[in-house]
Amino acid sequence: MDYLFQAYAVFYQFADAFAFLTLSGLGLAIIFGMMGVINLAHGEFIMCGAYVTVLSARAGLALPLAMLAGTAAAGLVGYLLERHIVRRLYQRLFDSIVATWSISIVATQGMLIVAGPSIEGIKTPMGSFEVGSLSFSVYRAILPFIALALLGALYWLFVRTRFGVHSRATIQDASMAKALGVDTRSIYSKTFVLGAALAGLTGALYAPTMTAVPTMGTAFIVQSFVTVVVSGADVMLGLAPSAAILGLIQAALTGLSGQLIGQIGLLVTVIIVIRTLPTGLSGFFLRRNGEK
Amino acid sequence: MRRFLNLLNGPRTLGRGLQFWVGFCVVFVIAASMPTFTDSFAVTNLTFFLVWTFMALGLSVMWGYGGILSFGQTAFFGLAGYTYGVVSINLGDAHGLTWVALLVALLLPVLLALVLGYFMFYGGIRDVFVGIVTLSVTLVFETFMAQTAGPEWTIGDARLNGFNGMSGMPPLTINGGESNLIFDGPPLYWFVLALVLVCYLGLRLLVNSRFGRVLVAIRGNPDRVEMLGYNVRMYQLSAFAIGGGMAGLSGVLYTLWGAYITPSSMGLNAAALPIIWVAAGGRKDLTAVLVATVALTWVSQQLAIYGNQYALILMGFLLLCVVLGAPEGFVVSLVMFFKRKLALRKQLA
Repeated sequence: MDYLFQAYAVFYQFADAFAFLTLSGLGLAIIFGMMGVINLAHGEFIMCGAYVTVLSARAGLALPLAMLAGTAAAGLVGYLLERHIVRRLYQRLFDSIVATWSISIVATQGMLIVAGPSIEGIKTPMGSFEVGSLSFSVYRAILPFIALALLGALYWLFVRTRFGVHSRATIQDASMAKALGVDTRSIYSKTFVLGAALAGLTGALYAPTMTAVPTMGTAFIVQSFVTVVVSGADVMLGLAPSAAILGLIQAALTGLSGQLIGQIGLLVTVIIVIRTLPTGLSGFFLRRNGEK
Repeated sequence: MRRFLNLLNGPRTLGRGLQFWVGFCVVFVIAASMPTFTDSFAVTNLTFFLVWTFMALGLSVMWGYGGILSFGQTAFFGLAGYTYGVVSINLGDAHGLTWVALLVALLLPVLLALVLGYFMFYGGIRDVFVGIVTLSVTLVFETFMAQTAGPEWTIGDARLNGFNGMSGMPPLTINGGESNLIFDGPPLYWFVLALVLVCYLGLRLLVNSRFGRVLVAIRGNPDRVEMLGYNVRMYQLSAFAIGGGMAGLSGVLYTLWGAYITPSSMGLNAAALPIIWVAAGGRKDLTAVLVATVALTWVSQQLAIYGNQYALILMGFLLLCVVLGAPEGFVVSLVMFFKRKLALRKQLA
């Protein structure tokens, strides 16, 4: 029986890592897949979502509503930034990345000045459950399912809706899509808002499990980078397998020799992946299908 | 000799012609004589401003000339600093061994850049990924160094000392018979200034040479250059190694300057600074980068009196304004503006 408990513990670790990698990578991956822009303010959208969630939950809003508020706030900020800054830089890849980094710096330091080094957090809801002698958090056990549900919802969005068809057309050939009457500019804008809102949702979901500090985005950013690099440009195809593989590696290494080794393991994996599969997993899948 | 001068004065650097070089010499002579008419505090500060220029110049060659944007130059900076600390604390400052430490500390970042660059460029990855991978390496390296607080993290006599960083490394020393020449205060300042001169002129030669021409062509269109029969990856790897080495030089000198190095000197905020200096000055010109780096580190230091976060906010805003308003960099834009005005006046006269 003990082995079973241990096995569940390992599985729990894996699912937890999977959820973290998927959720932290989602928003980044969608913006990257659509426009090739790496949004370096990604971590700050997460921070924004977490802060708004914590503050509105403490103001008395029910937690799910507070999370919704966090998501909406990040989406709104994303809309404003896209409207006034990112939109002007679509033709200049490096500049748009550098611009998002400057936004990230201003947001982090601004939050430090406005709200101080940390704010009082909220409790993790839903208590814990026990398997054998080990105790697990219910909330964290649910997060992997939320991650899967989000992936499903995105799949539906990109495959079944009009927006999805238009956006996939824009990814494939922007000028052709434009010629066929797709408003590519509005597609870009909507995608950026979607990415920002998803980042906000990630922050909202993890807000009850960690302390909200201005630099909390950094905790997500390495994970989100590696997930997206391994996944490659096609989010629908690459993200889930990428998060699963990386989650496995991280859970195994963390279990064996600690958190830091887990992170270093991720990094080494990424460097090997870019050497062997420069277009990531999704590029690999696509090429294999193309050859058939 | 003539060819040499032509290279120095070549087409891929903005500042050229007699006027520029006269001005350059004047500025250099003033800079070199600073220690004679300022106090030691000012000299220490001036050294601090100059220390960063190497990392910025290296990034300018990589990004501005070669089109390789690395977000993690501070990894090389930190690696060099820590290496100098570890080696010099173990070897001590007798028999000129501090210079051995300096050499090792310069070699390791170049080696890291070569290994990392090999995986990236020979993997054929796209430009954005270079930024992501370098930044990830930097952040993980920072996390690693920050957790080395325990006594088990020692290399020989040197304790890595976790988040608080390493300190107490000996300064560069030339061991004479009776008296040692220790490089701090004015000697360190002159040493750094001389290195700035050598590196600046050396990089000017480099970017105006055939190597620089190919590098700029790669920035424009790597595929086209490859079709013309050049080994693009080799050039990119070389530029990356040069950038890494220059960042390492900054790291060693920073460590020598303050006799300490901390993990936070390579963190996210620190990593953003070289990008800001280079972008703000004008990444496609070495002189502009040099001027902007010294000017902006000075401004940051003035603002840091009110708190580090205000300095960073201003730097962030500056970067945003430059990207939106003057993508060529404010130093370059200013120079162009005055040149156009002058030309207009000549036309009218």
